[in-house]
Amino acid sequence: MAEANWVICKFCDSVYQRTALARCEIARCSQCGAELYHARRASIDAMLALTIGSLFAFVIANLFPIASLEAQGRSNEANLWQVIIDSLDSSAAPIGALAAMTVFFFPLTQLCLFAYVLSALRMDHIPPGFRLVMHTLRQMHPWAMVEVFMLGVLVAVVKLKDVASVTPLNGTWGFAALTLLLTLLNSCHLSELWDRADRIKSASA
Amino acid sequence: MNKQPRAADFGLVVCEGCDLAVRQPRNNEEGFCPRCDEPLRRRKRDSLTRSWAFLISAALLYIPANMLPIMHTQQLLDRYDSTILSGVVLLWHNGVYDLAIIVFTASIFVPILKIVSLAILLIATQRGSHWRLRERTQIYRIIDYVGHWSMLDVFVVVLLISLVQFGGLALVQPLPGVMAFGGVVVLTMLASMSFDPRLMWDAHANANTETHSATDAAPEANIQTAAAAKP
Repeated sequence: MAEANWVICKFCDSVYQRTALARCEIARCSQCGAELYHARRASIDAMLALTIGSLFAFVIANLFPIASLEAQGRSNEANLWQVIIDSLDSSAAPIGALAAMTVFFFPLTQLCLFAYVLSALRMDHIPPGFRLVMHTLRQMHPWAMVEVFMLGVLVAVVKLKDVASVTPLNGTWGFAALTLLLTLLNSCHLSELWDRADRIKSASA
Repeated sequence: MNKQPRAADFGLVVCEGCDLAVRQPRNNEEGFCPRCDEPLRRRKRDSLTRSWAFLISAALLYIPANMLPIMHTQQLLDRYDSTILSGVVLLWHNGVYDLAIIVFTASIFVPILKIVSLAILLIATQRGSHWRLRERTQIYRIIDYVGHWSMLDVFVVVLLISLVQFGGLALVQPLPGVMAFGGVVVLTMLASMSFDPRLMWDAHANANTETHSATDAAPEANIQTAAAAKP
């Protein structure tokens, strides 16, 4: 029932036969120009390395204060959770909840699930709940917004510059590193993990 | 326009969950993906209706999001409320042109672009238009990609509330506009996710059904190799 050597464009429904690609090549749909698939950008090991690196950056980004602000001899600094709690306590609690989901819970869940799936696939083992984990990863992807938050930190720092003396702290560097690593990790398609699981299944059968 | 064979012509369907190409059982409309168990659908469910619903809500909410102030700033005796637009103007006046352009793009240009172009795509699809299909698909890919960047201003407000807390000296408080704006971003994201760009191409394919019914017997013969291109 499954046609593994065929590719269907998700944007215009054209059908193609899959061919092997050389490094850095991308197969595009000749009808609408969308990307169909690309040559593998990272091995399972490299993806796992990116995941673990991202988890370290995530810890730094969350534990350390993002910035400190000094005005009239008083100073004030905040890390991500203080920022979230302050806005949950404010009159606009829903945006605090939105920030908590998109900058904390979704990225953290994504990273933990990636670590779980990748470490099992690496040892040629399909972990329990593989399908559920993969669906969760796919659905969470558009709602994880670490990179947008990072840009928000930059804009906030610049906006405060002419009001008070503001210093970006370690949390900001944590977010910068996390943004970079997550971007690299997300440039790998989830379908590569599905294909890997298929190969493990057919090898053991 | 050159015609590429389409999955629908061969009873093939691409799984939304894992991108696998699956041959759909002939009588059974709603099969399941053999690899990931996701229900197989030829097109996204109620795509146009859902997309319109999210888009109209977003467009309505866009009015308070821009008219209402998003935050209240207090510095000694100086108190003012700022809207999305006045925030951009302030950055520009302070000479931070690059950031002013980035914030303008993320907060004002992108939401308008999304709402207007998605409305055009929806109307054109409903009218079965064949007009510039390739470019329309490209526009859809762009608005789907840039959607979440509009959350920028919401995050800026969240950060300012927390950092600027100096009692009577300086204080930033959120105002209702920021919630409306966050709502607009979420709704436009849902609207573009619900839209199925393949519906645009269906109109194009339906116009040429005669040419394709003949090839139904031998699908392999018509399949071409994807054009590989260096990035």
